[in-house]
Amino acid sequence: MLLVSLLVASFLIFAAMYLAPGNPVAALSGGRSLPPSSLRVLEQRYHLNAPFFAQYWYWLDNVLHGNLGISITLRENVSTLIASRIWTTAGLVLYSSVLILVFGIGMGLVAGLRPGMLDTSTVIITAISAAIPAFVAAIVLILLFAVKLGWFPAIGNGTGLVDNIRHLTLPALALAVSSLAIVARVTRASVREEGEREHVQTAVSRGIPARQLIRRHVLRNAAIPITTIAGITIASLIAVAAVVETAFSLNGLGAYLVQAAQSKDLAVVQGISLLLVTAFVVVNLLVDMLYAWLDPRVSLGSRAT
Amino acid sequence: MSTGVPAAAIDAPRFRALTSVRATGAAGVVSAIVVVAATFVAVFGPLLAPYDPELPNLDLAWIGPTGGHLLGFDVQGRDVLSRLLVGAQTSMLGPLVVVIISMITGVLLAIVAAWRRGAADAVISSGLDILFAFPGILLAVLATAVFGAGLPAAAIALSLAYMPYVARVLRGAAFRERSQPYVAALEVQGASATSICLRHLIPNTLPLIVAQATILFGYAMIDLAAISFLGLGVQPPRPDWGVMISENQTGIVQGYPLPALAPGLCIVAVVVAVNVLGERLFEQAQTARG
Repeated sequence: MLLVSLLVASFLIFAAMYLAPGNPVAALSGGRSLPPSSLRVLEQRYHLNAPFFAQYWYWLDNVLHGNLGISITLRENVSTLIASRIWTTAGLVLYSSVLILVFGIGMGLVAGLRPGMLDTSTVIITAISAAIPAFVAAIVLILLFAVKLGWFPAIGNGTGLVDNIRHLTLPALALAVSSLAIVARVTRASVREEGEREHVQTAVSRGIPARQLIRRHVLRNAAIPITTIAGITIASLIAVAAVVETAFSLNGLGAYLVQAAQSKDLAVVQGISLLLVTAFVVVNLLVDMLYAWLDPRVSLGSRAT
Repeated sequence: MSTGVPAAAIDAPRFRALTSVRATGAAGVVSAIVVVAATFVAVFGPLLAPYDPELPNLDLAWIGPTGGHLLGFDVQGRDVLSRLLVGAQTSMLGPLVVVIISMITGVLLAIVAAWRRGAADAVISSGLDILFAFPGILLAVLATAVFGAGLPAAAIALSLAYMPYVARVLRGAAFRERSQPYVAALEVQGASATSICLRHLIPNTLPLIVAQATILFGYAMIDLAAISFLGLGVQPPRPDWGVMISENQTGIVQGYPLPALAPGLCIVAVVVAVNVLGERLFEQAQTARG
């Protein structure tokens, strides 16, 4: 299923670029007019006269060998260009995921297990922050922590590990805000729901210690919806990273994809989209596997409706 | 619920629940007011705007709020309030289009899958599974790379990306409804599939459809604003809340945050309001079904 998804996705990406208006020869030559002999060389090298499916096959073959073509604007291998930017995006998404898991689930657990003022304020705060788009979070964070307080830099990547992390802190926060709130809400709701279940109430009445009860009966069952929502939101970060990278002028894949889309550098758009789709599908698969492990009732392949 | 009762009588309470947003608590009232106000501005914004939203005057750039200009001037010296009012149009209309397209296609696929079952359902479900591989924003960026930057390409791409989510939720509901005894009774009476779907299946899942559409509107608003923020959606100098944030982002660092914060606040306010209403509608849809 994973391979079929990827194959169809790669086909769609290729077909979209194939249909894009514009002459590939003009793109390759950079707009200069070429003598017919060089034109023929280009046509042959890039199989421009081959039928559509043959062209797709050549492209796929190249992609599987790690050759993603050449960027028209930068005159460099797309693979090289991607390799130099992938760590910024990977770091950003990873950092953000950690924030979401630690603070999202943490906040949700505290609110879910301790009703009262703290719970009410968590509900209100998360309802609002779930609606904050990453780019709005970005400008607010820059305003507060970079401009007013000066704790973190507003833009750029930084050099060295520590400096890198410092530079990625605000972007990771901006990327995490809404997902964190959503994860916190779902965690709170499912902890609450499990806590009210009959078997838990029975265990309470039988005097099972709260600590043991929460760990064995509440958290284990609540882990299933929490994993689902955390997986969905973390997978979605891969695409939203483009917005945050642009807002913070980070040199990542997403920001590069957007630039390439604006300048119609189609080889780059193809390469990065393919990579992001693959990452997205793989993360989703990992979540499905984790899900099956947490809940033996769900077997891989058959999805619960 | 006996099948002898006319369908209209069964549906009546659900429709009442839908049309009157029950004012349970202040949050619901405030949210309804925000949505109504935003819709009003989206329709009449150009008439309300006190100044030309696209007329630059660099001498006035970054000047703060003054007498006739409640929110001051932006990076190019344009009246921020006017741009906000006129910008509501694309910021609200774009998500509406996305919701309409994805709901119509999603509901259609869900109903066909639930009605035909078997092979048709398998084809539709696996097709949707593949579409799930494309995150909305990525699909929109791809579309703008191919068809050129602009709201139409981004909106259609987003609709495609949302469609599988709509179809999946409604497919389950349609399946449940399909197995109700009244559907079999109507089939025995000789009612056509189209008429059963249009007159009973869709009306009976309507509360869920409306709730889903409401929640989706919020997502669409955020994603479309993000696309415009990236420079791939609404094109400057046209005002749009996403465009305004990206234009005025430099003001954040230079000490003039208002022109960027104001449209950001508008987006958050509308999305929060829509989410609150959507959650209410979902709860009502659940209780109506149970």
